Amino acid sequence: MTFEQNLERLEQIAASLDRDDLSLEQALTLFEEGIAKLKAASAELAKAEGRVAKLVEKAEGVFEIHEADDRG
Amino acid sequence: MKVPGGSPEEALTIAALTNAAKEVLEGAFPPIWIKGEVSNFTAHRNGHWYFSLRDATAQLSCVVWSRDTKCIPAPPDEGMQVMAHGQLSVYAARGQMQFMVRAMEAEGEGLWRKAFEKTKAALEKDGLLDPSRKRMLPRFPQRVAVITSPDGAALHDIISVIQRRNSGVEIIVIPAAVQGETAPDSLVAALDRLARWRGADVVIVGRGGGSREDLWAFNDERVARAIAACPIPTISAVGHEVDFTIADLVADFRAATPSAAAEAAVPVLADIVAGIRGLGDSIRAAAELRVRDAGFTLRQISRDLGVRSLRSVERRRSRVQELAARLETLSPLATLARGYAVALNENGGALPSAALFKPGMQFAMEMRDGRVHATADDVIVRADRGPKTDDRKQRRPSTGAV
Repeated sequence: MTFEQNLERLEQIAASLDRDDLSLEQALTLFEEGIAKLKAASAELAKAEGRVAKLVEKAEGVFEIHEADDRG
Repeated sequence: MKVPGGSPEEALTIAALTNAAKEVLEGAFPPIWIKGEVSNFTAHRNGHWYFSLRDATAQLSCVVWSRDTKCIPAPPDEGMQVMAHGQLSVYAARGQMQFMVRAMEAEGEGLWRKAFEKTKAALEKDGLLDPSRKRMLPRFPQRVAVITSPDGAALHDIISVIQRRNSGVEIIVIPAAVQGETAPDSLVAALDRLARWRGADVVIVGRGGGSREDLWAFNDERVARAIAACPIPTISAVGHEVDFTIADLVADFRAATPSAAAEAAVPVLADIVAGIRGLGDSIRAAAELRVRDAGFTLRQISRDLGVRSLRSVERRRSRVQELAARLETLSPLATLARGYAVALNENGGALPSAALFKPGMQFAMEMRDGRVHATADDVIVRADRGPKTDDRKQRRPSTGAV
């Protein structure tokens, strides 16, 4: 799952948990899933490594990313 | 003395004369701007444009060679007032003076507007400007592609804004020419590369400010179609706020400047972190509340259950006691215990009434501690009394007989 999907799921879970029609078991299952998504999203965020690179096509359909000098 | 054309013998060929005239004309007039009204415009199959420029008293044949038509935004309309830049010359095959146009402009940017409207209409016809085609930009892009000149100020602005907002975002530059004749092909190729690569979450296509001609590649129909066909959401960022291009119309999001495009593409990292933390807090709070509710309900039920079971035991116990008491009072043994006797016939059946006795009848008396056999001497039945008092009357003689 991508970071964005994790966060969307997390938002859904938060919305569901606010509803009253869930059984305790459902609520706890959702909560566990939510904590897992939270961890995954936070890990993804920590992992993200910004850089400036250049897309280079070596041959038709074969791509490489070359480090570029950081202009920032 | 022989002078070319000076006598019938020295007559010039037509080719020689027109060539000479051509050289004289071209030498006398450097490339110049002329103005006039367009008439008899023809775009020939071979790609060249032919027309006349004229005013009230004169007219001049004009041609735009095929390769030069690309530098003119759109063919002029009939009757349009235009300024044309080019070289005066002679077209030998027709013996005609001719102006070779290299560039053309119309009053009030007419040609640019015309080209713009024409491209817009073509895209509109294919539904590419339909607002429903606009896609949402990703909320949390991790890789942003940038299609622009690698040396432009736009790229510098985009990179510095993105890095300031979220240093974790990766920026992938796909270099392209953004002005000049090669720009449309270069932009289309870069968009095509991006589409086949599919490694980015969103793309910014654009360049910094410039003249109308500089920005013209972003009004190119092929560039517009390549933007529309892009598989990932697109942000156009061409020139300044006032510059509006066809690319802006087809892109999913139009940013006024490259910096604004970077802001639209990338949310601030601190906001994302705060959002995640908030979500975590809210699901934790919701789950805790749920558990607390459940605990409360459980305690209530168990308390209720205790009360109910206690009550039901209590109810049963009192019923047992009640029954025991009743049993006690009803037991004949209890009556005997108090000293009374029961009269029984010879079969052991009770004789609860004097009317059941006959004088001389043998009967038995069951007592607390044994049995007495007796004979009835006399029987007096009181007609006015119920059988209960009869019992009492009967007992006396019986007892007395023991």
